[in-house]
Amino acid sequence: MVLAEHLGNQVSEATYELMGKARELATALGGLTEVLLLGPSELAAQLSGADIVVSVQDAVLDEYLPEAYERVLSQVLAARSPRLLLMSHATIGLDLGAALSVRWDAPLASYVSALEIEAGLVTATAQILGGKVLADVELPGERAIVTVSGGAFTAAAVQPSGMPEVVSFEPTGLDSLRMSLRRVVEADAGDVDISSAETLVSVGRGIESQDNLEIVLDLAEALGVPLSASRPVVDAGWLPKTRQVGQSGVKVKPRAYLAFGISGAPEHLEGMRDAELIIACNTDPGAPIFSVAHYGTTADLFDLVPELVDKVTR
Amino acid sequence: MVPMKAVPDLVEEIDLTADETGIDPEYLKFVLNEWDAQALEEALLIKDGSGAEVIAVGVSSDTDIDQILYTAIAKGADAAVKLVDSRLAGEPPTAGPRVAERAALVASYLSEVPADLVITGVQASDDPDGQLPSALAALLDLPHASVVVSVEIDGGSVVVRQEFAGGRSHELEVQLPAVIGVQSARQPPRYAPITRIRQAMQAGGLTEMAMSPAPVLSRLGVRRMHKPESTGHAEMLTGNVGEVADQIVALLRSRGLLKG
Repeated sequence: MVLAEHLGNQVSEATYELMGKARELATALGGLTEVLLLGPSELAAQLSGADIVVSVQDAVLDEYLPEAYERVLSQVLAARSPRLLLMSHATIGLDLGAALSVRWDAPLASYVSALEIEAGLVTATAQILGGKVLADVELPGERAIVTVSGGAFTAAAVQPSGMPEVVSFEPTGLDSLRMSLRRVVEADAGDVDISSAETLVSVGRGIESQDNLEIVLDLAEALGVPLSASRPVVDAGWLPKTRQVGQSGVKVKPRAYLAFGISGAPEHLEGMRDAELIIACNTDPGAPIFSVAHYGTTADLFDLVPELVDKVTR
Repeated sequence: MVPMKAVPDLVEEIDLTADETGIDPEYLKFVLNEWDAQALEEALLIKDGSGAEVIAVGVSSDTDIDQILYTAIAKGADAAVKLVDSRLAGEPPTAGPRVAERAALVASYLSEVPADLVITGVQASDDPDGQLPSALAALLDLPHASVVVSVEIDGGSVVVRQEFAGGRSHELEVQLPAVIGVQSARQPPRYAPITRIRQAMQAGGLTEMAMSPAPVLSRLGVRRMHKPESTGHAEMLTGNVGEVADQIVALLRSRGLLKG
């Protein structure tokens, strides 16, 4: 069973990736792919790749609300008994995965990049420590939950046409929730649109402090391009969210991407791996960024960047 | 109540144990889980704003947890508690998936010492089996929200901003008691000077509590841990810094990406 993720009336790309994998696993097991849709039932039209869409409609489900989704999911899981629940490792998965693991009494593997069912046993590969280590795990028992890394699986190239079979589910207990949605805040129109830049100078945890940002800012200015960053720099408050490259930020495809002090966690790579020229600078030779970069150096950015500024401005 | 956890410092290279089932702790530097640092900051901001009592909670089997808890006190936490799981005495810290056990331990503590608000990092970088805030909330049957970037108290509720991909967010009102998983605080985590941390250590005052939580549900079995195989690898530039810089400039120039 795949939990459909939708924001602003659009089913997410991640949902289709999960459906593709679910179809593969279901076919091997001789089972069905069900997609659970909470919210506006018209969205079922966007889910034609499913064998069955389990549709749960209630005003409180139109936008994602943690407690509402959790209650409904617990009820649906008990009623439909899927072999495996797949969710995207984004906000919803982070919110609900472990809670449902407790309530449904099922093992959970998180941030997964590979998933199989071997002789009835669910096995997966979980990414930990920012993707530096992979853990091959088993999820024993008759049911399991997996939250999946964006881009780990591929969506079917073409979604079939027509409406899938839709089954309605009536939830209970949605009138005694202990939380409510006050308002939806749209993304900031923001300062710079980094997705339209031809070249990006990007900085990660390796810059160490907000004061040091000046060093890479000099380079960005010398090149006449914007400064972007990986998630830790934005979470630390050193740069605004609009500058964040990655799955939970902005996906970019510039002609050149210069990464300084970025180790290359999966969620970051997901946001920039399609850049035409990737040059990475990181003192750790094992940094995952080197697996997608075209050129790399283990030179210290504090030495290299001033040199670059010097040569570029000459 | 701020549950906190020590994790390997991500800036360092990570080694695996010889039998490949775990991470070798020998050369690892352990630091406070970055998301827990954000959670602590958010808790301290609430305390600054409305005078709440902040208690930092750690687990005794975490490496360097005393230092982490004393640092929390030095930053402004009112107290720190170290939980000892009587069933796990002596087990090495890198033994397998731990969120479920940790959640059970912290939940049993919270059943005895309830908090109005439990605020912790949305995740820890070394957990393959889920996230603490969510597991904790389910065990305690409390409302919860994760990936939160701001937390404010409003009477008997807390107002939080839950963030989604692409910068969109939802403002939620959640009745207390609740569990919140923090992605980032409203401002960068504050700094505690070494002198204040040392003072805290000298004053002592870490309360230790032994707990015997109920057996843990549904654990993952780790078959093997390994480093990712690269499907490709960057061509590494050689030479001194000046020469590397020259090569990079040449690469950019050849693609017409340099001004003038």
